[in-house]
Amino acid sequence: MTEATPTSVAKRPFLGKIGEVPHLGLVAALVLLAIVGLATRPENFATSSNLVSILALASTIGVITVGMTFVIIGGGIDLSVGAVMALSSVWATTLATQSYGPAVMIVCALLVGTGAGLVNGFLISYGRMVPFIATLAMLVAARGLAQRMSNQRTQLVQQANNAIVELSTTRVLGLPLLVYVFALVVALGWILLNRTTFGRRTYAVGGNPEAARLAGIDVRRHTMLLYGLSGLCCGIAAVLIMARTTTGSSTHGDLYELDAIAAVIIGGTLLTGGRGTIIGSILGLLIFTVITNLFILNGLNTSDQLIAKGLIIVVAVLMQRRGALTGT
Amino acid sequence: MTQNTGRRGFLLGGAVLGAGALVSACTSNEPAAQPSAAAAAPTTAAAAGGNDQPGTQVTIGFSAPAADHGWIAAIAKNAEAAAKQYSDVVFKPVEPTNDINQQISAVESLIQAKVDVLVLLPNDGQQLNQVARQAMDAGIPVVNLDRVFPDKLSYRTWIGGDNYGMGVAAGHYIGKALKEKGVSNPVIVEIQGIATLPLTQDRSKGFADALKAYGFSVTAKQDAQFTVESGTKVASNLLQAHKKIDAIWNHDDDQGIGVLAAIKEANRSEFIMVGGAGSANAMREIQSGSSVLAATVTYSPTMASSAIKLARLIAQGKGMSDLTENEVPQSITLASETITKDNAATYLPLGFES
Repeated sequence: MTEATPTSVAKRPFLGKIGEVPHLGLVAALVLLAIVGLATRPENFATSSNLVSILALASTIGVITVGMTFVIIGGGIDLSVGAVMALSSVWATTLATQSYGPAVMIVCALLVGTGAGLVNGFLISYGRMVPFIATLAMLVAARGLAQRMSNQRTQLVQQANNAIVELSTTRVLGLPLLVYVFALVVALGWILLNRTTFGRRTYAVGGNPEAARLAGIDVRRHTMLLYGLSGLCCGIAAVLIMARTTTGSSTHGDLYELDAIAAVIIGGTLLTGGRGTIIGSILGLLIFTVITNLFILNGLNTSDQLIAKGLIIVVAVLMQRRGALTGT
Repeated sequence: MTQNTGRRGFLLGGAVLGAGALVSACTSNEPAAQPSAAAAAPTTAAAAGGNDQPGTQVTIGFSAPAADHGWIAAIAKNAEAAAKQYSDVVFKPVEPTNDINQQISAVESLIQAKVDVLVLLPNDGQQLNQVARQAMDAGIPVVNLDRVFPDKLSYRTWIGGDNYGMGVAAGHYIGKALKEKGVSNPVIVEIQGIATLPLTQDRSKGFADALKAYGFSVTAKQDAQFTVESGTKVASNLLQAHKKIDAIWNHDDDQGIGVLAAIKEANRSEFIMVGGAGSANAMREIQSGSSVLAATVTYSPTMASSAIKLARLIAQGKGMSDLTENEVPQSITLASETITKDNAATYLPLGFES
């Protein structure tokens, strides 16, 4: 007993360090990719326009990844993100919504996303459904509803609502506006997770819901809010995808859930909850985006890209497991 | 009404070419070889021939994949519209589905309902071959739409587009345009649809073969997923990979919306772009003249209208009034036509909304 106390005290900083190791690994991986890019396509890779293009590509799914990080740290999972984004983009681009102008379109996308997220959260917290199942149901249903609403058509953003598209075409200091939206979401997410009670509760609920409940946290309410937050992020992502593609479509966001979850996992967040960082998730996502970019710059095909992605996920999780094993 | 006559002309134009020889579809893809007047000319002949005169009442069963794409949506819409034109046709569509299993049972239900003729666009020709064969064995002629059944006993008539010809048409347009400009060693970029599909490989092969005639080759190709979003993603990366491009061929106008968005975002306009399929949106873009999109090569969903018309003729035991034969031909391949600024207005009524 007397021996146990000093070891557990000594463990604290050690665990903290291990939490940082994946970050170092991620940065190293990004640097490695950059070196590959510089070596293979020096004239294209390190140009400012290519970097802008990478950031713009990462923005949509990046916003979703922030929401996903919260949900996974909170001990859940959200499989419905891509479908909810598609539904938001479709709802916001129907002729009826478009007739009210760009501001209403944006509000519509955010409300639809948040609403779908809260439904997920309600089913999970109060309906006691397993998150995997509840959000899987939402994935299918939201995609179906999006198809029905759009009549399976691609809905163009009308000329009158071009303000939406300008989020992508207008540049401030060389960066499209949507990259600033992405940065803002990341910053707000970081503050919410690291500097507020909400954030600390998220870690507590994910780490040990029973202990969190005994500590006086309303676990159900908090869980519901986490899914609502993820839904809100999908709504924001819907606005960005509308800006980038000039359309709302039920085909948007296909397999985003896998990309977002993979980015969060290789970013060092535990799938069991209770531990993780937003910065890690974003670095994880950037790795994926840079890989896609490198493959296309070098004219390699998509199949090889998928293999590379799969390998990276496996390696990242194995590294995490080793970290966890040496930590305990 | 003008739309209807236009469609009829389209059908006959395709029929004449198809009856001649499949190969003729390829040669006719050169823009010079297809005056837009040809599409309108046979219209009067068709009316005189009397194929549209009411005949015996027939029930046409129809099954197609669920629309997750503007082109498929247009297929279902065109089929229904064509059937509505005739007082002697009862149109019996089944719930569209992307599940092979479900489509098989849907077709089985149509066989049991003893429809007079079936129009089938299978999710997969191989996997629905068996059930189409059942229909034929039960004495129900099958009009196979686009995706072909491997077994010729499984269908009475096949009508579909020419994927190889699409590539050829795009290749000729780009090859000619670049030759005229006097570009040597041009950077030609190809944005494919789903790379694993045989139709994509046919398109790419036609494109490469046609370009070869001009001494050109494809500099880079990359596959997207036929969706707007994948179009944006692939195009924005390709634009980074190639600082100067002379021409882009994008296989599909739906994903083309995304490609054009990426081009606009990157502020590039030094090249010409050719689309594929022939959506109304692409035609409007071409007509405007202010876009990099200079042309699109058709893979027209009007084939569904034609398939219904063929099914009706087969069930009524009629031939095509413009041809000498007493029965409908065994196969009809649509020509892939090139739509440019000059003829976009003629084609616009036939374009599908994406």
